[in-house]
Amino acid sequence: MLSRTAENLFWLARYVERAEYIARTIDATLRVTALPAAYIGKTNEWESALLTAGVSQSFYEAYGEANERNVIEYLSFNAENPSSIRNCIEAARLNSRSVRTALTSEMWDTINGAWIELQEVWSKGTTSREELARFLRFVQETSLRFDGSAYRTMLRNDAYWFSRLGVHLERADNTARILDVKYHVLLPEEEHVGGPLDFYQWTSILRSVSALTAYHWVYRETLKPWLIADLLILNDSLPRSLASCYGNLVRNLDQIGVAYGRQGPAQRHARGVRNRLEHSHMDDVFQHGVHEFIQEFIADNARLGEIVTKQYLI
Amino acid sequence: MAVAFDEMNGPGGDVRSAYQELSRWLKETPPDALQYRRQEAELLFRRIGITFAVYGDSDAQERLIPFDVIPRILSGKEWTVLEKGLKQRVRALNLFLRDIYHNRDILRANIIPDDLIFQNPVFRPEMNGQDVPHDVYVHIAGIDIIRVDDNDFIVLEDNARTPSGVSYMLENREIMMRLFPDLFARHRVAPVERYPDELLSCLRSVAPKSAAAEPTVALMTPGIYNSAYYEHSFLADKLGIELVEGRDLIVKNDEVFMRTTEGLKRVDVIYRRVDDDFLDPLTFRPDSALGVPGLMSAYAAGNITLANAVGTGIADDKAIYSYMPDVVKFYLGEEPILKNVPTWRCREPKDLSYVLDNLGDLVVKEVHGSGGYGMLIGPAATKATIEAFRDKLKREPEGFIAQPTLALSTCPTCVESGLAPRHVDLRPFVLTGRDRTTIVPGGLTRVALKEGSLVVNSSQGGGTKDTWILDE
Repeated sequence: MLSRTAENLFWLARYVERAEYIARTIDATLRVTALPAAYIGKTNEWESALLTAGVSQSFYEAYGEANERNVIEYLSFNAENPSSIRNCIEAARLNSRSVRTALTSEMWDTINGAWIELQEVWSKGTTSREELARFLRFVQETSLRFDGSAYRTMLRNDAYWFSRLGVHLERADNTARILDVKYHVLLPEEEHVGGPLDFYQWTSILRSVSALTAYHWVYRETLKPWLIADLLILNDSLPRSLASCYGNLVRNLDQIGVAYGRQGPAQRHARGVRNRLEHSHMDDVFQHGVHEFIQEFIADNARLGEIVTKQYLI
Repeated sequence: MAVAFDEMNGPGGDVRSAYQELSRWLKETPPDALQYRRQEAELLFRRIGITFAVYGDSDAQERLIPFDVIPRILSGKEWTVLEKGLKQRVRALNLFLRDIYHNRDILRANIIPDDLIFQNPVFRPEMNGQDVPHDVYVHIAGIDIIRVDDNDFIVLEDNARTPSGVSYMLENREIMMRLFPDLFARHRVAPVERYPDELLSCLRSVAPKSAAAEPTVALMTPGIYNSAYYEHSFLADKLGIELVEGRDLIVKNDEVFMRTTEGLKRVDVIYRRVDDDFLDPLTFRPDSALGVPGLMSAYAAGNITLANAVGTGIADDKAIYSYMPDVVKFYLGEEPILKNVPTWRCREPKDLSYVLDNLGDLVVKEVHGSGGYGMLIGPAATKATIEAFRDKLKREPEGFIAQPTLALSTCPTCVESGLAPRHVDLRPFVLTGRDRTTIVPGGLTRVALKEGSLVVNSSQGGGTKDTWILDE
């Protein structure tokens, strides 16, 4: 297929995934900040939301204070923020238009329909909590529909695999970013700097990757920070864990490699990252330093994006 | 202006035969139902994303072309005549182009003045003496047809460069079949859905000699900001070919390749929807970012077929248009089946003085204009506009032609107040391949939605209708 088409499919999937992630982040932050101050301590959760979205620096160039109103506006509607939900949806539609021929009508319909629906939200904004909640839910549902229609209607060929690469690469980045910002509340008990207040932080983390219920099913335990870290990093049965994302990335890249009859640096790099995750134990990760581990992962993941681009997309 | 010929209610007010059933159906159908279906159709169009960008109008970056749910109907007999006339016309266009870029017999016979060709900016000296595969220049032609009475079909304009609108022919039909299955059950309407198949085999048939047995065809678009982008993606999809932009293509050793995820892949035929000027920055406009450097040299080497060929603009130029009846006679030795609109060439002093004396009654068009821009419709214009045109005409007479204001035929159309007659034209699409010329029975009917308006262009508030050819 055309390199440009593959590139558009890859980015289309990334933008949709990112829009959902930002919506989840806002959702989770709203829940945590609705608690009485005694339960969450003095951290500014809106500041964390900016950090997990990776846009804290550009935010402060445009706004003064990281409060609820400013951050929601910046993350949801701001046209200058390339990662705002608005820009993700706009970019997703732009990419969809460029590759209409490679999309199924269900996928196009999802993106175009959402884009039409959201024009009104862009022009008016949301005026109440209910409206905001409806908007955030709509964005998440759009992503689910998009994912579902891709899964159900796309031919299983390179177009599908490149789009999946986008999903998993973006998802891995998002999960890693939450861990990066919140790692300090996930340290083992003895090193722990927080207190019992962190319970609400933990549920918030799990909520933002839709893993709260999953946690209980996997560990049948009360919330333990190191188990949360284990779930999000190493447990490949959780779709948003780093291990699961890399399992999928390796598989998709292999499928492309088989179809084209050729493996390359992208396949090798992804396998390297996957093997490291597979052979890691949480104890080692903590020993090594969670922060360092995550930082390294984020760099590796970004590197994979560059390699895939060079090998296939330009 | 005379009362226009209405295609449903003929001259005497009797319903013409092709419209009998529709007329009955309209009487049975409550007006609300039509309005409701109209809204439904609009929703479908928006959902599918069949939009059209209008240049210079940032608010309406993506606009819908209004769709009218009342079909325009031609009888099988009328179509047979029209089809024959269209094939004749396009055959003549192709022979004319071959001649202009080779022997120039028609110039030597003094049928067309030399300067009209050589001074013409759409004449491409690069094409002099260059052979194109199978001598086909105009693979896809969109011939704009109007009627003023029951008898004749008149060519308003030949579109031999990159005519658009065929996606509307196909989508309008799809939507009509979805909205009015009962109405279809009561008619025998010739299908249009094989157009993409015909187009693909047409394009494959003209592949260059150096192509593989299974030639690779691609559709080249200027990109998503082009007004007809939806159509480009629609056609690429229906044909199952890659939709490429200039940056996807690269020329190596005079062969054209596209950049794919598996490396470079040779392309043999490009159905290009990019104007000549933007095809190759090395030959044409150096500032063009849409083109492919070296494309023209691959073309000269005979390794790529461009459809339509480069330089076809000289055949559909409005100044050449007035000579078309002579062109048909010269190459085919036949009387033209389709008429021309009588045209005054303002470059000729006698014609110019007539035009200047009668500006209030005439339509004046720029020779190189298109899309309904830059034209004067005398009867509808203010005094000031007419005077402004008079100055332009005096300053640059060779830039204009003039025609009588024709009462284009009307068709019943669904408007706010109910059904009302509105002026229409018709663009059938003529495909010319290596061995044969085909026309899918139908075309794009454009309708001027404003009462009394004669301008059907979508950029000027025109709409479209489904066009039915009855299979009798």
